[in-house]
Parts: sequence; C-alpha cells; structure tokens
Amino acid sequence: MVFYHFGKYILMLKAVFRKPEKMSIYKNEVFREMVDIGLGSLGIVSIISVFIGAVTTVQTAFQLTSDLIPKSIIGGITRDSTILELSPTICSLVLAGKVGSSIASQIGTMRVTEQIDALEIMGINAPGYLILPKLLGGVIMIPLLVIVAIALSITGGYLAGTASGAVSSAEFIQGLTTDFIPFTLVVAMVKALIFAFIITTVSSYQGFFTKGGALEVGAASTKAVVISCIAILVSDYVIAQLLL
Amino acid sequence: MIEVKDIFKSFGDNEVLKGISADFKPGVTSLIIGSSGSGKTTLMKNMVGLHEPNSGKVFYDGRDFTAMDTHERKDIRQEIGMLFQGSALFDSMTVEKNIRFPLDMFTNESKAEKLDRVNFVLERVNLAGKNKLYPSELSGGMMKRVGIARAIAMRPKYLFCDEPNSGLDPKSSIMIDELVQEITQEYDITTVIVTHDMNSVMGIGEHILFLHQGEKWWEGSKDEITSTDNKELNDFVFATKLMETLLKK
Repeated sequence: MVFYHFGKYILMLKAVFRKPEKMSIYKNEVFREMVDIGLGSLGIVSIISVFIGAVTTVQTAFQLTSDLIPKSIIGGITRDSTILELSPTICSLVLAGKVGSSIASQIGTMRVTEQIDALEIMGINAPGYLILPKLLGGVIMIPLLVIVAIALSITGGYLAGTASGAVSSAEFIQGLTTDFIPFTLVVAMVKALIFAFIITTVSSYQGFFTKGGALEVGAASTKAVVISCIAILVSDYVIAQLLL
Repeated sequence: MIEVKDIFKSFGDNEVLKGISADFKPGVTSLIIGSSGSGKTTLMKNMVGLHEPNSGKVFYDGRDFTAMDTHERKDIRQEIGMLFQGSALFDSMTVEKNIRFPLDMFTNESKAEKLDRVNFVLERVNLAGKNKLYPSELSGGMMKRVGIARAIAMRPKYLFCDEPNSGLDPKSSIMIDELVQEITQEYDITTVIVTHDMNSVMGIGEHILFLHQGEKWWEGSKDEITSTDNKELNDFVFATKLMETLLKK
C-alpha cells in the first residue's frame, strides 16, 4: 500500500513538472501563492518564533547553574538551536498545519465538485496548473519565513534574557558572535527547502486524489497534516545525519 | 461526428459497460438515457477520456481518441465543451473569469476580443451583465447556463452534458434543454447528453440511446420511444405517472 501511494505520488510529480500551457498564467498563480503562503503565514510564524527564542533562553539559563560556565554561552545555545532546529522544524510543522491543510482542502474540494475534471476536459494539465504554483510559492517563501523566524527567535531570546536578568545584553551578544559556524545557516536553508517541498506536494497529493464528499475532504486535510509532519521529522533526522 | 466502437469498462469485478457501439452526428442532440447504474455517465466519461475503456475505440471525426497520448489528446480536448452535473464552475473566479479561463489558456486573443466573446456567450445564455458575479451568488439554473457559456466559449465541435437539468425546476429544465438544442443546431455541434429526465427525452430527443445494465438496449428517436415494445425501455419511460397519464389521453 505504501509503495502504491509512493508510486502514484511520483507519477503526480512527473505530471506537475510538465511544460505549462501558458507561462504568464502560471506566473500570476505563483505570485498569488507566494502572497498566500508567505504573507499569510508571517503573523503566526513571527509570534511562534519570538516565544520559541524567549523560552529557549530562559530554560537554558535555568539549567546553567554552575558558576564555571560563562553566561555568554546562553546566547550561543539560543543561536545554534534556533538556526539548526527550532526555526526550520517548528515553523515547518506549524506551516504543515496551516498551509498543508489549506492546500489539501482547496484541491480536495475542487476534486469532489468536478472542477478538476473540468480542467482536464479543457485540455489543461490539472496537476501542473494546481500544484506547481503552490510548490514554487512554498519553496520560495518558506525558506524566507525561516530566515525571519531565526531573526525573531534570537531577538525574542535577547529580550527575554535581558528582561528577566538571566543574562546581560553584552553577554548575550558575545555568545551570539562567538564561534559562529556559517554552515549552520546552509543546513537551515536545506531543511526549509526540503520541508517546503514536503508540505506542498504531500498536501496536494492528498487533495488531488480525494474521493467522495465533504467528509473525505476533511479527512484528506487531516491526513495531509499528519503525513507531512511525520515526513518532516524523518527528513529532519536524515538531513542532520547527512550534513552535520 | 463521434463514433463509439465496442466499449467495455469494468471497475474491479463490476462490468459497467458491455460492448457499447454508437454514432453521434453533428447538429443532432443525442441523449443517453437509462436508470441509475446503467452505465450512461461511465460511457460519457470514457468518451471524453476521464476514464479509460478496457477495450474499444472512440473516434472524433475519424481520429482515434483512445489511441492518443495525453499530449495528442490536448488538441481534441480544446474542441470539446462539457457541462457537468454540478456545473463545476471555478468558485474562486467570477462568471467572466470562468468563461474567459479557457480563452486565456489556449488563445492569443487580445483582452478586448476575449471580453467580446465572454459577453457574446453570456448574452447567448441570457445572462448578459452578470460578468462580475461569483458562482455562489447564482441560482442552480444560472450556474448551468454559465457552465454552458464556458463550454461553448472555445467554439467547440463536440458538447457533452452530464445530467444538465438535475436539481432544476421544470421551467428551468426546459430552458436549458432548448438552449442546448439551439446551440447544437446553430453551430452544428455534436452534442451528447446524459439524462434520465423524460421531459428532456420528449422535448429534444432527436437521437436516443437507451442503456440497460451496461448494454445498448434500444436506439431511436423521441417519436419512436412511446411505441416500442421493448419491456425495459417501457418500464423506464412509463415509470412516472405523468407519462402514463399522457399516453392514456
């Protein structure tokens, strides 16, 4: 069963990358999806990121009880855990819920109301027209959201650390700038790209092959989120193993 | 002209179509009728390529549609218009955008030319001035008429209608039937309608195909349908009290 779905998913991707009928229409759709996915998710990503950074700083400070360890390490830990794990992974899990369920229900509704059949009858490559703009919108905007999330997490950590007195401003900044490995940013971007691909294509697959009515659209949407989250966590581990 | 030759279609062990053959001529409104589960919608879906037949052929003016790959089918699909049972309008687009959509995708006409075409087809279906409405703001009958307008926007050679008057009141049903028949004759389109509505059969049934349990059971016209001695067809035709009463009169 898993192989059946995987094969069908690969065939769907093959259809997605077929030559578009009219580039100008696809271009407009990509911009629309970029606004939907990017700007539409900026609020939730910002709120989550600030609090993730704040909590990471406060909890790290709480665990550093030894006077032998300099407090500046809090800044370093917040920076690395934010860049390597928290921002790309937590943001992507949240986006799997927000963007993924929206994609699956949107395409699923089009399937059960015969709108996809209508596209096919017109001679339009339905997977390409419906999924490619979402895929491109996702892989362009989700890494940008992750960059914003990293910046806001570190800012949140700085504010929480200094406001609570757990770490001074100078110590936090010293920790941030000491022993920084730029490659961690590359890892974060690789993760964001792969997670974006997973969120958009897995959700599209669930929506595109929905059968039935409103209940099945809801079920497809739930399945899209669950499978996307699992795939994100598995690939997170694989990327960490391969790149670090 | 559309020729269907010996179409077989199964879903698992369930054999839905058992060797259907028929010819559908241009300028003639052809109706595929039959009770629920007789295979009429499946036959239409096989004809337009939404389903693939297990065996058999479909020819569009001599072109073997069943032997074509996706790319080759694209050309024929641009000659096909289809009205779906639920209209299948794109709900995020206005009426105008719905009708303009195939024109945007496949033609290089200017904006003004496309707008002219949209206005022309909207006028043709008696919906002039409704350009900016969304499908959710339309009644069932209006949605069907927008569906017809979208289907004829590309000047199709073949028109398929799946239960065009399901869910409509009798007056709107007649209006849709007459509209489809007028368009068929006016533009010499090969029109195939799937229905189980006897009003449509008696109103526009120039060529009728009766399916029973996946087989072609009877073929003829509305003038012949009430005088046949085919038991299954009579059971279908005279299932309603209205038809029975009319015949007695």
